Amino acid sequence: MKGSRLILVILIWLGAFSILPAQQRFPKPEFRTDYTQPAPTTPESRATAMEFLDVAVLLAVMSLTAWFAIRKRSRKGILVLTIVSIIYFGFYKKGCICPIGSIQNVVLALANPGYSLPLYVLLLFLLPLVFSLLFGRVFCGAACPLGAIQDLLIFKPITIAPWLRKTLGIFPYIYLGLAVLFAATGTEFIICRYDPFIGIYRTHGPYLMILLGIAFLLTGLFVARPYCRFLCPYGALLNITSRFSWKHLSVYPTHCIECKLCTTACPFEAIDFPDSVRERPETRKSARRFILFFILIPVLMAAGGWIGSRSHVYLSRAHHTVALAELLISHPELRNDTDNLDIQTFLASGKSLETLAAEAQVIRDKFRTGGWILGAFLGLVIGFMTLNQLIYRRKEDYQANKGACYSCARCLDYCPVE
Amino acid sequence: MNRKSFINQSGRWIMLGAMAYLTGHIFFRRKVSASGKYVWQIDPYKCNQCGRCATQCVRAVSAVKCVHAFQLCGYCDLCGGYFKPNTLNLTTGAENRLCPTGALTRKFVEEPFFEYTIDEDLCNGCGKCVKGCSSFGNGSLQLQIRHNLCQNCNECSIARLCPSDAISRVPVESAYQIKGDFKNPAVKETR
Repeated sequence: MKGSRLILVILIWLGAFSILPAQQRFPKPEFRTDYTQPAPTTPESRATAMEFLDVAVLLAVMSLTAWFAIRKRSRKGILVLTIVSIIYFGFYKKGCICPIGSIQNVVLALANPGYSLPLYVLLLFLLPLVFSLLFGRVFCGAACPLGAIQDLLIFKPITIAPWLRKTLGIFPYIYLGLAVLFAATGTEFIICRYDPFIGIYRTHGPYLMILLGIAFLLTGLFVARPYCRFLCPYGALLNITSRFSWKHLSVYPTHCIECKLCTTACPFEAIDFPDSVRERPETRKSARRFILFFILIPVLMAAGGWIGSRSHVYLSRAHHTVALAELLISHPELRNDTDNLDIQTFLASGKSLETLAAEAQVIRDKFRTGGWILGAFLGLVIGFMTLNQLIYRRKEDYQANKGACYSCARCLDYCPVE
Repeated sequence: MNRKSFINQSGRWIMLGAMAYLTGHIFFRRKVSASGKYVWQIDPYKCNQCGRCATQCVRAVSAVKCVHAFQLCGYCDLCGGYFKPNTLNLTTGAENRLCPTGALTRKFVEEPFFEYTIDEDLCNGCGKCVKGCSSFGNGSLQLQIRHNLCQNCNECSIARLCPSDAISRVPVESAYQIKGDFKNPAVKETR
């Protein structure tokens, strides 16, 4: 191994020397004094093995959260884990790559065969999802650094009206759909670019990123976990998978005395009320409504797809190639603008405008197809969300809503039944 | 088994199946690198020193620094990377120097040669010296991402705006591609 590397280096040097004299305008001098030429340094990045340590820590934190939430029923334990993940995933690891952003890596790997997906990124993406199928959203509960920092800063949570909460709940799906579209077309990683808290963990970042982070944290003092509830695209996925979880945190250990204390403890309004305090809708009327809305789903999907494909020109402008081609075609006079770096670099590269326009057209076509899928997906989500409102689910006592519950275990401390 | 638990269970198995399919698909059909760590890297041959490295990095002082490949350097007295164009006095006075932060310094070796070094604590990756060196000299000064400083963001915010697409994601083994000092055969990755 060592020997072959040495030979390789020698070969490369010989190759380099055979070309270099032709390249160098000013040949390297032959020094008379005993000057030794220094070599350029190449400082190493964080060790590769450390990335699998991240996966191991993630596994450990999620397993412990599940244990504390389901078996041990301890809010304190989860609080300690929250602080651990703020320190480890936040301030030590400084965010990237996190499971939330890994959605884009996975999508890009599916869309672009040339993209290599590191195994540990795939693990980061899958593990929280598998855990949510088993134990609910334990990832959100303590392991996610973005959720953790918001969770610690809940000061006086206000109650948000259900209609508003549910309407705002559509945004994670829109964000998810756009992130998938932009990642699949190779445009950019919007989840990472608009991640509000990473700048805080790194203690430096673009001005807007820090400002966004502070705005979210301030909102979070009164609206608990605003990013998790109304924006997080990975939370949208976990919300779905967690509904089918094998085991889930239960508010009471043995039986419910309907004291309602848990509903005041939960800052996220994630506790469902029992039949005794809910009005049951008239069966026949709700059944008719259900059928009507069920038929409406394909209509919604078609309408969404149409809107999505109509907006593909607008959406595709986020891609730099499309933006550059459009700019050059609509404003040819900008070719003389020496301050426009993108245009000047393009002109210097010797590529023809036709080639660029053809490339842009390929990307735009991808956006047209993607717009259809995005719109149909959003139509489906809206349809299902509405249907979900119409279904009356029988509940005997106060229970955590499996989709919305973060397994933060606040309610467990409040339950007087022990 | 009642209806509720049947829906719950079948939903769970369907989702697990979907995840397994996804994993298998990515694993067997596409490239997955098991030990793979990827880092961002600048191709100095593509770089046109636009100056965005200094301003677009998420770090307060960019993780991109100027690196000197001494093997390529001509050790000139009149250095295009060190002096401003049309400088009359070849002295080390700040008014004559191209580097805005004074990170590029020179040391007398022997008549008439000077050694040029970069103080990475001061360098902000603006690439002014690189431009000067590439235009008038051998091109021994070049911009490189320093991996002890790089946060290795999921998407490099400089790469996103790099006009010449010089920044790409490469396996960690070929992290540095320094002209004149090819430690690694460049293994290119499509972004």
